[in-house]
Amino acid sequence: MPQMKLKINGSSHDVELEPNVTLLDALRERIGLVGTKKGCDYGQCGACTVLVDGRRVLACLTLAMMHQGAEITTIEGVASNGSLHPLQQAFIEHDAFQCGFCTAGQIVSALGLLTEGHAHTDGEIREGMSGNLCRCGAYSNILAAVRQEVRRAGV
Amino acid sequence: MQAFELLQPADTREAIELSARTKGAAFIAGGTNVVDLMKCGVASPSTLIDITRLPLAAIDVEPDRLRIGALVLNSAVAHHPVVVEQFPMLAEAFLAGASPQLRNMATIGGNVLQRTRCPYFRDPAAACNKRHPGDGCDALEGLHRMHAILGTSDACIATHASDAAVALVALDAILEIQGPSSARRVSLEEFYSFPGDTPNVENDLRPGELIVAIEIPRGRAHKHSTYLKVRDRASYEFALVSVAAGLDFDGDRIGDARIALGGVGTIPWRVRAAEDALLDSEGDSAYERAAQIALEHAVPRRDNGFKIELAKRAIVRALETVRRGQ
Amino acid sequence: MTTIVSDKPFVGTPVDRVDGRLKVTGQAQYTADTPVEHVAYAVMVTSTIARGKIGSIDSSEAREVAGVLQIFTHENSPRFTQPEADFMNALVPAQSFMPLQSDEIIHYGQQIAVVVAETFEAARAAAARVRVAYEAGHPLLSPDDAEAQRTKPEQFFGSMLQTERGDVEKYLEGAAATLDARYTTPTQFHNPMEPHATVAQWNGSKLTIHEPSQWVKGVQNYVATIFKMPVEDVHVISPFVGGGFGNKGFSFPHTILAAMAARELKRPVKLLMTRAQLFGQTGHRPRTEQRLRIGAQKDGKLVAIDHTSTIEASLAGWFVEPSGRITPMLYSCPNVRMSHEAVWLNVPAPGPMRAPGETPGTFALESALDELAAKLGVDPIELRVKNDTSHDEEGNRPFSSRHLVECFRAGATRFGWKDRPKKPRERREHNEYVGYGVATATFPGLRSPASARVRRDNGRFLVEVATHDIGTGMYSIIAQVAADALGVGIEQIECRIGDSSLPPAPVAGGSMSTASVMPAVQAACLKLRESGANEAEASTMPGDEQERYSFHSFGAQFVEVRVDETLGRVRVARALGVFDCGKIVNPKTARSQFLGGIVFGIGMALMEDGVFDRRSGRVITDNLADYRIPVNADIGEIEAIAVEHPDFLLNPLGVRGVGEIGTTGVAAAIANAVYNATGKRVRDLPITPDKLL
Repeated sequence: MPQMKLKINGSSHDVELEPNVTLLDALRERIGLVGTKKGCDYGQCGACTVLVDGRRVLACLTLAMMHQGAEITTIEGVASNGSLHPLQQAFIEHDAFQCGFCTAGQIVSALGLLTEGHAHTDGEIREGMSGNLCRCGAYSNILAAVRQEVRRAGV
Repeated sequence: MQAFELLQPADTREAIELSARTKGAAFIAGGTNVVDLMKCGVASPSTLIDITRLPLAAIDVEPDRLRIGALVLNSAVAHHPVVVEQFPMLAEAFLAGASPQLRNMATIGGNVLQRTRCPYFRDPAAACNKRHPGDGCDALEGLHRMHAILGTSDACIATHASDAAVALVALDAILEIQGPSSARRVSLEEFYSFPGDTPNVENDLRPGELIVAIEIPRGRAHKHSTYLKVRDRASYEFALVSVAAGLDFDGDRIGDARIALGGVGTIPWRVRAAEDALLDSEGDSAYERAAQIALEHAVPRRDNGFKIELAKRAIVRALETVRRGQ
Repeated sequence: MTTIVSDKPFVGTPVDRVDGRLKVTGQAQYTADTPVEHVAYAVMVTSTIARGKIGSIDSSEAREVAGVLQIFTHENSPRFTQPEADFMNALVPAQSFMPLQSDEIIHYGQQIAVVVAETFEAARAAAARVRVAYEAGHPLLSPDDAEAQRTKPEQFFGSMLQTERGDVEKYLEGAAATLDARYTTPTQFHNPMEPHATVAQWNGSKLTIHEPSQWVKGVQNYVATIFKMPVEDVHVISPFVGGGFGNKGFSFPHTILAAMAARELKRPVKLLMTRAQLFGQTGHRPRTEQRLRIGAQKDGKLVAIDHTSTIEASLAGWFVEPSGRITPMLYSCPNVRMSHEAVWLNVPAPGPMRAPGETPGTFALESALDELAAKLGVDPIELRVKNDTSHDEEGNRPFSSRHLVECFRAGATRFGWKDRPKKPRERREHNEYVGYGVATATFPGLRSPASARVRRDNGRFLVEVATHDIGTGMYSIIAQVAADALGVGIEQIECRIGDSSLPPAPVAGGSMSTASVMPAVQAACLKLRESGANEAEASTMPGDEQERYSFHSFGAQFVEVRVDETLGRVRVARALGVFDCGKIVNPKTARSQFLGGIVFGIGMALMEDGVFDRRSGRVITDNLADYRIPVNADIGEIEAIAVEHPDFLLNPLGVRGVGEIGTTGVAAAIANAVYNATGKRVRDLPITPDKLL
């Protein structure tokens, strides 16, 4: 079984993984980072969104072995030193979640969106966040939280 | 998803040689199609060849063409300033497809090769001539609201799923393909095959061959163009119908036109007859005529006949949008 | 009378969710996140025919996958008996059929094997290699199938499904205006974002189960009954549930299979259900065909209503959608008949889905009333006002609290109802026709017995109840009520819920948790405070007010649609729900529940359509690409407000639940708005482009 190094949230993890282990299952079942969720496992819901070299991607549809050397960011790496990221704080203020299962994916996806340069209007934010399903229907509040962070961060 | 070996070659030559000599091998780049199909149980390559390290991710802007490396991400093409400004139908087509995350993973090369979303194709327990010629087609009498009305046969009515390929076909895109012993260029439109009696054959890619780049020649009708996608929800969904349309006007008259359809064909559907009908006309009533011609040979099934009318209207709307934008 | 003693109460304030930090940092632990030493992974194999027998099931190829520990089939599994549903004793199996007991297949997607392996990848790969040969029978998949049995079920959780008052036929015939229309609602699937999963661990004769559940006591009773164990030896833990909407409320066979596998292998087992399996095994809202015959006077006063429903039911289950349930209650009308017919098919067992009955029922009734209003030239709101009543004419008792008219008036003002297009196709902006629609929302105000315990420790207070937070905000409202009752700050309160060893509470269903649990929490906290002890427990239950009053919540749904008729595209530009749900404990979380309900209703109206292949019985739309739920871009400006009239007849805090009412009436409001915009009346959901071309 191949040995590999995965760089996650700034730390290096040595893991032994078969090639058919997705990045999502590597995070959750092999490394113990369970903040990233499995909602569908087929790239149709966005709950498993992580950042790879700053780009938001779906961890369930990519193989862990293909990301050695990349900087992977998960929800566990968003707060720093116990202080919430302003976006996380905005989510709480605006009640941008209910059951919370899609929330890690929403937040990481929004962080990716903020770096892409296309979140200036409500329409752009809604469209830009449409890859993250929320069955609880917290979309209005998600929009409000992301909009607040767009303004605060000046992007 | 069964077990497999993952090889990570350092260069294109090595990747192609591995592919040519390894039985049951498939390339993997973004993985959004390959991993998905492996999980469905529809594909089970014994070896995956990771091509993401190959130097095929450049976008070259040249006077007479745009050359996009096969590994360029969907999102990168969609937001490239030259694509946005000079080939807007292509930028819009990419942005209309999938989701932001998927666009950050999927490559343009993989996009044009993506398989159909037909639920019977994706279910190993269903009868599908594309997976096993001769088994039959469960979609014919099943749920086929999303299926094709153009280019179909009684063996297969599966819709081609790509948005980008529709725009690329409208833009006369050309594939650069490298194989074990030669390189060739083929127009994307000619690359695809109708299902006919062999729906298992979808395109002209031969064993060991790798798409390395896609070229888009500059054209008069490319700059004023749009991509219109009609679907049941606002985003993150495959098309009911879609239209890539471009017009170039000489004064008041149409000097050049491009029309291609998605969501309705077994392959991305260029409609030259409709384009020809637009030439020299002033628009408006000509749009309706062009739309008629475009859907002339549509073969509706029990539940997807509405696509004929919807596609016609979408063509007219797309042409009107392009006209207004000029 | 409320007995909250604080002068600056937390109840009634929009407190941030107390579990918010855990959720935004990824630290909230859902079932599949549970750390378990030495866990084995279980994946289920399911049938690919809808009726017949397993001729042979061959695991030999599957066993070749490295890491496979065992493959359970009907040939080597222990025998279990599915108990009968007994709601009063908190025992409700979701199906009547226990899988892996025989070679019989009664629906597509039925569990037929469980593969257990060292890794998830091995279990999944092996599951795909289990080879099954079937002897297929002719599956009953459509109400048109002559072989399918049809019955008239008597009741649904205590409410009758066949009722009549007055003489419907006589007064329909003599009515000045009549309407006779049929409406259909599609099969719908809950699709909580969290798939079902079970982690089962044995410790000697004791069993611990982690599972996302809306009813931990129910699962506890279910497992104990089936394994013939003392109830206290089964411990069900569910601190966070990633959505339920009804499909985590009852008890499922996969829980038994996981526990069985763990027992046989003497190892903890984590069973993960795939998204596709959720469509085949965890319940769904069945398709309904409803017929409304309405007779009214020229001014809109209702004279007779006949509401018949045909429901697709399952031979594997017992659930029937009570879509006619609201009709005898909702308006004043002397002659009302409500009847249901169930057609029993080889489909997976349906189950309660957010406002079961009320959701499809309001679509039909509120669409019909809108059609009647148009026919009579009466304003749709005035029609509801004219037929409003403070008396439940079916239950023959007054409503404890009903402010439906106030909801309509307040909503009309806020929404700008007077600016509504006066006739269809009157207003067009750009490519879109604009239309406004309204509908009544309603849901029962249920209350069950519940118990709560509170412990004091060093200035902090721990409140414990076997209730559930499925996104509803239960953690927060418990803390608010407790803080007020104890006279302390909310930061001093800790809540432990979702654990079957805690004082019992009802299912987080029927929107009954708030009304049931808050009184118990308040009572326990007041008891602690008054006694000065370090621990207090209290049990509360509804009293004879249940016989003397009819308890319901009401609301008014307003929708503005914009219809690009050329392309058949409908979008909800604005929506406003105004709700009468008693006292609101937390306006922030309640608003989220209302808005979530509206989004749920938008999905039902415009895009959700669960499709069974009528030949194989497979749910063809068994994934989140083909079964369309709304995405962020589908949602425009939606808002929700509450008119707060505490219902002190229901409980001392005056609170009623809010989780389900938000979705009722939405689909009708949208269909009514589409009619106002285009003049096209769509009676068959979802309203997709092909229906408007």
